[in-house]
This record gives sequence, C-alpha cells and structure tokens, in this order.
Amino acid sequence: MDATRIRELKLFANSVRKGILTSTHAAKSGHPGGSLSAADYFTYLYNEELRVDPKDPKCPDRDRFVLSKGHTAPGLYATLALKCFFPEEDLLTLRHIGSHLQGHPNMNSTPGIDMSTGSLGQGISAAAGMAKGAKYTGKDIRVYTLLGDGEAAEGQVWEAVLFAAHYHLDNLCITVDVNGLQIDGATKDVMNTDPLDAKFAAFGCDVVSIDGHSFPELEKAFARFHENAGSGRPTVILMKTIKGKDVSYMENQAGWHGKAPNDEELAKGLAELDRLEEEIRKEA
Amino acid sequence: MSEVKKIATRDSYGKALAELGKEFDNLVVLDADLAGATKTGTFKAAFPDRFFDCGIAESDMMGVAAGLSTMGLVPFASSFAMFAAGRAFEQIRNSIGYPHLNVKIAASHAGISVGEDGATHQCCEDIALMRTIPGMTVLVPADDVEARKMVRAAYEMEGPVYLRLGRSATEVFHGEDYDFQIGKGEMVRDGSDVAIVAAGIMVPEAIKAAAILEKEGISARVINMGTIKPIDRDILVKAAKECGRIITVEEHNVIGGLGEAVCGVVSEECPVPVKRIGVQDEFGHSGPAADLLVQFGLCADNIAETAKAFVK
Repeated sequence: MDATRIRELKLFANSVRKGILTSTHAAKSGHPGGSLSAADYFTYLYNEELRVDPKDPKCPDRDRFVLSKGHTAPGLYATLALKCFFPEEDLLTLRHIGSHLQGHPNMNSTPGIDMSTGSLGQGISAAAGMAKGAKYTGKDIRVYTLLGDGEAAEGQVWEAVLFAAHYHLDNLCITVDVNGLQIDGATKDVMNTDPLDAKFAAFGCDVVSIDGHSFPELEKAFARFHENAGSGRPTVILMKTIKGKDVSYMENQAGWHGKAPNDEELAKGLAELDRLEEEIRKEA
Repeated sequence: MSEVKKIATRDSYGKALAELGKEFDNLVVLDADLAGATKTGTFKAAFPDRFFDCGIAESDMMGVAAGLSTMGLVPFASSFAMFAAGRAFEQIRNSIGYPHLNVKIAASHAGISVGEDGATHQCCEDIALMRTIPGMTVLVPADDVEARKMVRAAYEMEGPVYLRLGRSATEVFHGEDYDFQIGKGEMVRDGSDVAIVAAGIMVPEAIKAAAILEKEGISARVINMGTIKPIDRDILVKAAKECGRIITVEEHNVIGGLGEAVCGVVSEECPVPVKRIGVQDEFGHSGPAADLLVQFGLCADNIAETAKAFVK
C-alpha cells in the first residue's frame, strides 16, 4: 500500500470519525467510543475489502458484513453514508423517530446493513450462517463480522466459533476490536477475556494480531484471510485499538462507551479532527 | 372397535421434511444434537449434505439459521420446545423475529406429554413466548395429517414460523384430503350449547368429550385451532354468538397460551364466558405421558365434566 493510498484512507477515516461525533451529538445518545476505535477498520473494509455496490446493496452475490457489536452503528452508518449507500445528511437523524438509522442496525430499514444486530453475541452466529450458506450454495462470497472484546464474554460467541471451525468456514473473517474497555470499566477487570489469541487458536481459527489503526497492518491481516481460502480455517483478526481514537477527551475512557458529546464537546472534537485532517493533507 | 392409528407429530415432521427436500433444493435442516428425537434424522438420512448439526448450542443454531435464510435458503431449525423457544427465546426474538427472516422453528417434545423426562423438559410456556413476538406465525398440529400439511405450509409462506410438535403418538383423525390453511380454524364437529376450542393433541380429546356430552344431551361444537397466531377471529366470534360459552383446551400453561388468545378475541368482539383447561400455572413432573395427561385434567373426561358444569 503506497503513501498516497494510506493518506486517502486516513482522510476517509477522519470523515467517519466526524460523522460519529455529529450523529451521536444530534441523537443526544449513542456509542461513540467503540465506533471511533473501529473507524479505521470500517474504512479499510468498505474501501479495500468488501465486494459490495451501493447502487445494488441487496445483490445476492455480494460479500456480507455483520456488525456483531451492533451498538457501534454510528461508525458503520458514517462509513455507509460516505460510500453513498444513503445521503450523508441522514446521519443527523440518528435515533430520531422516523429515521431509518435505528440505535442498532436494522437490515430492513438501512441500505447496506446485512443483518440486524445489537444483542451481543448474536451477530457472529448469523455471520457463520451466511458463510455456511455461501459454502452450501457454492458461491464465492466472503463474510466479515466485527465483535468487541467485551462481547467475547458472551457464551454464544464461542458456540459460533465452534460452528465456524467445525464446518471449515474459511470464508469467514472474524475481527475483534480489542479496545480493552466496556461499559463498566476495563475488560480485564469486568470479565477478563484474555488471552483471546490462544482461545481462538484453540478453537481452530487462524489468528492474526495487529494494530487496528494501521492500514498496512489491516491490509496484511486481510491478505492472510484471503490466503486462508481453501485451508478450512476461519480467520480471526485481533485488532488492538484505542477506544475513542482521535478525540482526545474520549480516548481510553470507558465513560465514553455510550454517551454523546454535548455542543461544547462536539466543537472541541471536530476542531481536533480538523487539525488532524490538515496534518494528513500536509503529509502529501 | 377398529384399532385407531396413532402417530407422533414429530414423526410426521421428519417424514414431511424428507418429502419437501425432494422438491426444494433450498430447504436445509438444522438440529442441536437431537436429530433422533426431533426426527430431523429422517431428512438427514435422505439429504446428508443439507443437514447441519449445530451441536448442543441452540442459541447459535438460531443465529446460524437467521444467517442461512439471508442467503436464500429456507432453514428448518429443530430442538425440543424447551431449548428452542425457551433457551433461545432472545435469539429467536432479535435475530429472527425482529428482521422477520424466513426461518422455520420446529420444536418437538412440547407439553407434559414428554412424560418421564420430567419438568425440565416439559415446556408449557413456548406458545406464550412465541406468540408475543411480532410477526411470528405459531402452528400447533392436532395429528399426523395436519402436521405434514403444516410443514409444507410453513415452507411455502414467507416469514418466521414456530411449529409445535409432540413426542407421544396420538390419534390420527384427519383424512388425507384435509385442507389446512394458515390462520383458519377447523370446525371438527358442530354443536350449539358450548364450543370447545382445542389445539394440538387435545383436539382428539375434545372430540371424545363431545361424544360423551352428546349422550348427556349436550351439543358441543369442537374447533381445532391449528394456527394460534394469527388466530382465526371469525370462527371464534361465530362460536361465541352461536354457542354462548367457550372452553379452551391446551397442553400448555393457561397463562399466555391458546386460552388467553381466545379470550383476547371474544372479550373484544363478543364477550361470552370462557373456561380454560390446561396446565394451571405449575410445572410438570415425571411419569408416563398418558397418566400425566389424565392427572393434569387434559383428557376427554375432564373436558366433558367441565362442560357439563359450565352448561348447567
């Protein structure tokens, strides 16, 4: 990946982050922390990886993405808007009555959403079902799902991983956003889910650990997923991230898991993201 | 007296799946390590590559079924009622019901006729749980013929379906020409003094009760309510108007089941007294199925006694 492309992706992710702040601010609620930590993942996924078409979002042969950590919908919505699945101004209707942008993703209201999620631990099962369905029908469809590290405490996650390994779903890419924080505090204190790498490996997955804010590392991780085609092993990407990334007062603060910025906080956050955008442009 | 043919509706389910499998390539079947008991094993034997065992993981099975349905497949997911509707309620609610996916949940071993396994396996709450999910169709077959027709109807309709099946062999009273339609109740026998509205394996008991009542000079109408949701309002209002009293009979807790569904309709559209026969808000226990049904009052004699006292 060359420097120009990295810069383009950084600028896209910067716009995703602005969308997260403005939409949760307009909603006066929502989950900015885990949306910001996953913004670079969403950026890479929708710009480099997924074979999807905003003009034909229900195309039967498209790749699928299931946001198992459905509360981070603001990050996904901002990404979908920037990819023209729906108008960007819709982001300001997040969580409002009548909006297609529900608090958690609704596959029947929002273009580009492949599965309704929000109840943790359930998205990964649906993703495994999609991957199994693609295998059964003999289609070259890849299925991606994103989980939180706190979500890994849900027993259903491990039921789904057993299923994925048992049925050799090498077309399934499970990514965990390891930001280390959940509502009640640090994941290691609330319910330690470590070591995730050893756990997923023991369940039969090929595990790659990366910096989730590095596009070259994301590229390598997804390349490994592609290499795993035919291996019979599902791929797990453990993505170390910073919750609240790029908004100084939100970074590494569990309190910003599910709280919206007020007017002042929005202005401060957007100013920081504008400064970051300038820096990225100067890299050219 | 000729021998009455008895078949468990779970056997009918397995047979119907295997038949449908020949016609439709997109039908796939999931189970959670109970293929021998739910009779999905019949399908597995015929179509091994279309049968996906999910292991003892019902929650995951429902999510997998949801995912499969988004790929154009029509999954039938099976387990015991306790573990399908009970354990995996929230998965069914959020991953299947909310997105209104085309998943068919066929749950066997419902009610106390599970028998010897006892209370942990005798699910008398599943109808209540499933009928509260918006958009869920809830079907309870009364015999082998109806069960097989319901499996086909469930496949043919778009949207989530819960199909409640029994463990024990019960009387077959329908002929093959029976025309089942989702949302339509069936008047099995006409009558004017009381209407007995029953579902599942309670229908043959209701028919027997009507015969007992006839000898006592009481004319009882028997309605087989195979579809609990969407319930047939017309047949209920007509019964309320023409019979003046209704008895409901179900192998399920009287809270939340057929009885309350019937009360909901008649109280709004044509209020008449209703008596609910069913499991009276208690857990079951171990014992032979036939003896348990009698003990819990889920038998023709009790239905007839209740009707006699009610009509007086």
